Amino acid sequence: MRKLAVDVVVIGGGSTGVGVVRDVAMRGYSAVLLERADLAQGTSGRFHGLLHSGGRYVVSDPGSATECAEENVIVTRIHADAVEPTGGYFVTAPGDDPEFADKFLAGAAATGVPAREISVAEALRNEPRLNPGILRAVEVQDGTVDGWQMTWGAARSAMEYGAKVLTYHKVTKIDRADGRVSAVHCVDLKDGEDVRIECTFVLNCAGPWAGQVAAMADCHPVDVIPGRGIMIAMNHRLVNRVINRLIYPADGDILVPVHTVSIIGTTDVKVENPDDLAIEPVEVQEMLDAGEILIPGFRKSRALHAWAGARPLIKDSRVSSSDTRHMSRGMAVIDHHERDGLDGMLTIGGGKLTTYRLMAEHIVDEMCRKLGETRACRTASEIVPGSENQKNYVVTHRLHDREEDRLEDQIICECELMSRQMFVKAWDDQPQATFDDIRRQLRLGMGPCQGGFCSMRATGVALETKHIDIERATGLLRLFLKNRWIGLWPILYGDQVRQTALDNWIFNGTLDIDHLPAPEEEVKL
Amino acid sequence: MNTPQSSPPPRRSPEQLSGDPAVSDSLDFAGHEFARASLDHCVKCTICETVCPVSAVTPLFSGPKFVGPQAERFRNGESVDHSLDYCSSCGACTLACPQGVQIAELNSQARAVMKADHMPVRDRLISQTTLMGTMMTPVAPLANAVLANKPIRTVVEKVFGVHRDAPMPPAQTQTIQGWLKKRGPRKTPATRGPIVFFHGCAGGYFEVETSKRSIEVLEHLGYEVLVPKQGCCGLAQQSNGLFDQATDAVLKLCDDLRAAGELTIVSSSGSCTGMLKHEAHEIMGVDDERLKDVATRIRDMMEFLLEVADAGELPELSPIEMTVPYHAPCQLKSQGMGMPALDVLRLIPGLTVVESGATCCGIAGTYGLKKEKYEIAQAVGKPLFEMVRDTNPDLALCDTETCRWQIRKGSGVPTEHPVFLIHQALGLS
Repeated sequence: MRKLAVDVVVIGGGSTGVGVVRDVAMRGYSAVLLERADLAQGTSGRFHGLLHSGGRYVVSDPGSATECAEENVIVTRIHADAVEPTGGYFVTAPGDDPEFADKFLAGAAATGVPAREISVAEALRNEPRLNPGILRAVEVQDGTVDGWQMTWGAARSAMEYGAKVLTYHKVTKIDRADGRVSAVHCVDLKDGEDVRIECTFVLNCAGPWAGQVAAMADCHPVDVIPGRGIMIAMNHRLVNRVINRLIYPADGDILVPVHTVSIIGTTDVKVENPDDLAIEPVEVQEMLDAGEILIPGFRKSRALHAWAGARPLIKDSRVSSSDTRHMSRGMAVIDHHERDGLDGMLTIGGGKLTTYRLMAEHIVDEMCRKLGETRACRTASEIVPGSENQKNYVVTHRLHDREEDRLEDQIICECELMSRQMFVKAWDDQPQATFDDIRRQLRLGMGPCQGGFCSMRATGVALETKHIDIERATGLLRLFLKNRWIGLWPILYGDQVRQTALDNWIFNGTLDIDHLPAPEEEVKL
Repeated sequence: MNTPQSSPPPRRSPEQLSGDPAVSDSLDFAGHEFARASLDHCVKCTICETVCPVSAVTPLFSGPKFVGPQAERFRNGESVDHSLDYCSSCGACTLACPQGVQIAELNSQARAVMKADHMPVRDRLISQTTLMGTMMTPVAPLANAVLANKPIRTVVEKVFGVHRDAPMPPAQTQTIQGWLKKRGPRKTPATRGPIVFFHGCAGGYFEVETSKRSIEVLEHLGYEVLVPKQGCCGLAQQSNGLFDQATDAVLKLCDDLRAAGELTIVSSSGSCTGMLKHEAHEIMGVDDERLKDVATRIRDMMEFLLEVADAGELPELSPIEMTVPYHAPCQLKSQGMGMPALDVLRLIPGLTVVESGATCCGIAGTYGLKKEKYEIAQAVGKPLFEMVRDTNPDLALCDTETCRWQIRKGSGVPTEHPVFLIHQALGLS
C-alpha cells in the first residue's frame, strides 16, 4: 500500500474537480486529485462544446446567464488555446414565436449578456446554410471550447503549483475520525495497488457520481439527478458560429461548430445510473429533425459519431424531480457537517462547464471559511500553461502546423491531422495510456474514418517505440475500436455506413483482428 | 509558473463579430457549397492518391486526399496550406474517386481563396491567352525568335517566374479568322445544315492548323461550318484562381457561341470544351442558363466524329500504315466520355494506335510554365515522353494544345491533334 498525506483530496477529474484542485493549489494547500478514469472522461468530455455566452439562460435562469457571460470572458482568456470565440446566433425558426426575441433581448440587457439583433439577411449572408425561413436573429458572444484541452490546461496549472493529479485511481472509502474526514482510500486501477491518503479536507467534485462518493463517507444520500443528453457530431462545419433556437430552452436547439465538426445537441432525460447512458434511436431521430430545422439538408449531411453525457444536476425543490431540463443550472455546495455530522467534506453539484472556474472558486471559498482562513482566489487572472501566447484556437491551426512539418513528420491520423511526433510525445507523457486517452488529447480517430485508418498506425507506432508489447497492442486496438463502435451504431446511415463497412473489411477482412495475439483477458484500461 | 495577466485581450464587440471578410469571401463561390458537401462521401480509401501524377513525383504536394476532403474540414474561409498550389488541377482524382468526392474542384476553390489577396503578376499574365495571341501573331517571326532566345527567357524567368525552358506556343503568321476570310467561299455544297465551330484561343492564334483541318473535315462531312467571332473561355484564369475574370470570360463566350443559333457546337480545343461542359459550373459555381445551354450542345471534335461514325455516316477512310502513340489529356478524360479519339482513329485501316497510359503530360494548362513547377511538370511527363519516342519518333497525337506543346518539347516528337489523321484518311491532305 502506498501512503500519502496532503491538506486536501479532490475527488473527480472533470472540469470542476480539476478547477478545484488548481484553485486549492494556487491558494497554497497541498492537494491530490483522484479520478477513476482519465481527466474529463465523463461529463466534461461529453457535451456539445459550447462555451455559453449566457444567452441560453437569459429568460429561463437569469442568475446562470450572468455567470456564464462573466465566465465566458475569463475562460476565453485563461484557456485561450482551448477556446474559439466563434460568436453565435439565436434564430427564430419558422413556427417559433417571434415575440420571444423581445423577451430574450430584455433578459439579455437585464443579465448583462451582450446581445444585438441583426437582420435576417445578415445572418444568412454570414451563415449561408442557415434556414432561409428564419424570422429573427440575435447575435451573441457564444464560443466553442474543447473540454479536454481546457481540463488538461487547468490540471497542468495545478501541477505547476505542486498538486498531484492521479488518474485511474478509484476511491473506495473515506475514513472518518472524531466527526472529521481523516483519510481517503483508493485503488490504482492500472496496477491494483491500494493507496491511502491522509488529509484534512475532502472536496467531492464527482458530478453525477457525487452521490456515490458521498456514500463512501457514510453520508445521507446526496440527491444528484443525472440528466442524460445525447449529441451527434456531423462530418464538417455546417456553420461557423454557434446556432441556437430563439426559444425557451428545449431539446436539439443548439448546433455548435467545434474543431472540424458541428455538433447538434441535446436531449435531457432523467437516468438512474450515470455509467449506463443509452443513445436511444428515437433521440437520434429527434436530433436530426432538430438539425433539419436549423440547416435544411441536415439529414443528408454525414453524421460521424453520437454520444451521451450526464448532467450533474442537484435536486431542486422548485421543480418536479422528473423535469431535469428546468432545474437550475446553478451550482450548489453541500456542507456535510449539518446533514451528516461530518466535518472536512464539501460536495458541489450543478453548474456547467462554462462556469467550472466559478464553481471551484465557490467551493474553495467555503472550505477556507470553514478552516477559518482567508486566502484569495487567483484563478480568474492567471493564464494556464499552453495559453501564454493568448492566441485563441482557430480551426485552421492543425492544417497550418502540418503545412510547416509535412516534409519532416508522418501523419498518423489523417482526418484530424495528428502527426507522429504529437502521438509519440503524448505516449511519453502517459506511458500507460489507452488510445482513448490519447484521443481525448489529440483527437486521434475522431474524424470521418473513426479510427479506420489511424488506429492501426497508432498501434504500430506505440509498439515500435516500445511503449507496449504485442499483446497489449492488440488489446488496446480492440478496445479503441469497440469504444468507437458505441458511438457509431446509433447513427449508421448514409455515408457513415460506407465508411464503417470499409473499416470492417480492413479490420476483420484484412487484419483478422479477432484472432490476433492478445492477452487472455481483454484490455479494459 | 505563470504571471498573472492584468488586462484581458480585447473581445470582439457584437458590431465587430459580423461580416468577417475572410468568411464571406470564400462563400461567395456558389459552387463551393456543392463541392464541400461532397467531402462527406470520402471514405479515405486513397484511390485518388494512387492516380495523382504530381504526388507521384514530388513530396512537395501532399496529395489529393490530403489537400481535398481532408484539409477542407480545416478551412473556414482561409487556406493556410499554401502547398495546395502544387496541385496541377489535372482532375485525375475526381475522375477516379469511386465515392463522388469533387476533390480537384475543392482544391481549385481553396487555391482561389488562398491567392485572392496576393495574385502573382505572372499568373495574371499567363492566363491572358487572347492577349498573347493578338500581340504575337502580327510579329510572329520576332515573337518566335524572342521565345527561343535564352538570355531573354532567363530575364523573363527572373522577372515573371515563367521557366526559361518551359514550352511556348509557336506564333503563327495567320489567325484562324484571317484564314477564313482569305480562303473564300467553300466549293462543295453543304448537305447537312449548319454547325458552330469553337476554336478557342490556342486554336485561333497558335494551333491554327488544327482548327483549319477540323473545319475542313466537318465541311467534307457536309456541314455548313459557322465560326462566330469568339473570345476566351477563361480556363487559364480559372486554373490560376482568377474566378471573377474567368466567369466574365466564359459567359461572354457563351453569348458569342449562342449568337449563331441553337446549333451543335464542335471544338477541337479539348480543355476549353471541358471548361464549358463542366468546369465553369463545378469549380466556379457559375449557374447561368447560357452556360447550361452551351454545355449541353458542345461536343469535342473526336466525340462528335464518333457520333457520326456510330450513326454510320462517316465516309470511307483510306488506309494509313503507321503505328502512332496517342495521349488523352487529363482535361479531356475528366469530361467523362472515355477516349473517343481512340475509337475513331481505330477506324482507319492499317493504323495502329497505342494509348499512352499516362494520366497527365505534366503541363496542365499553365502549371508547367511556372518556374517553381517546371521540374515537377517535366517529371510527370517523363514516362509519356519516353513512350512517345519509343512508339513513333515522327508523330504523336494528343487532343489539347498545351499538352501538344509539352509533348513536342519534352519528347522532341512532332505532336498533332488526332483530326490530322482523319483529315488525311478522308483524302483532304
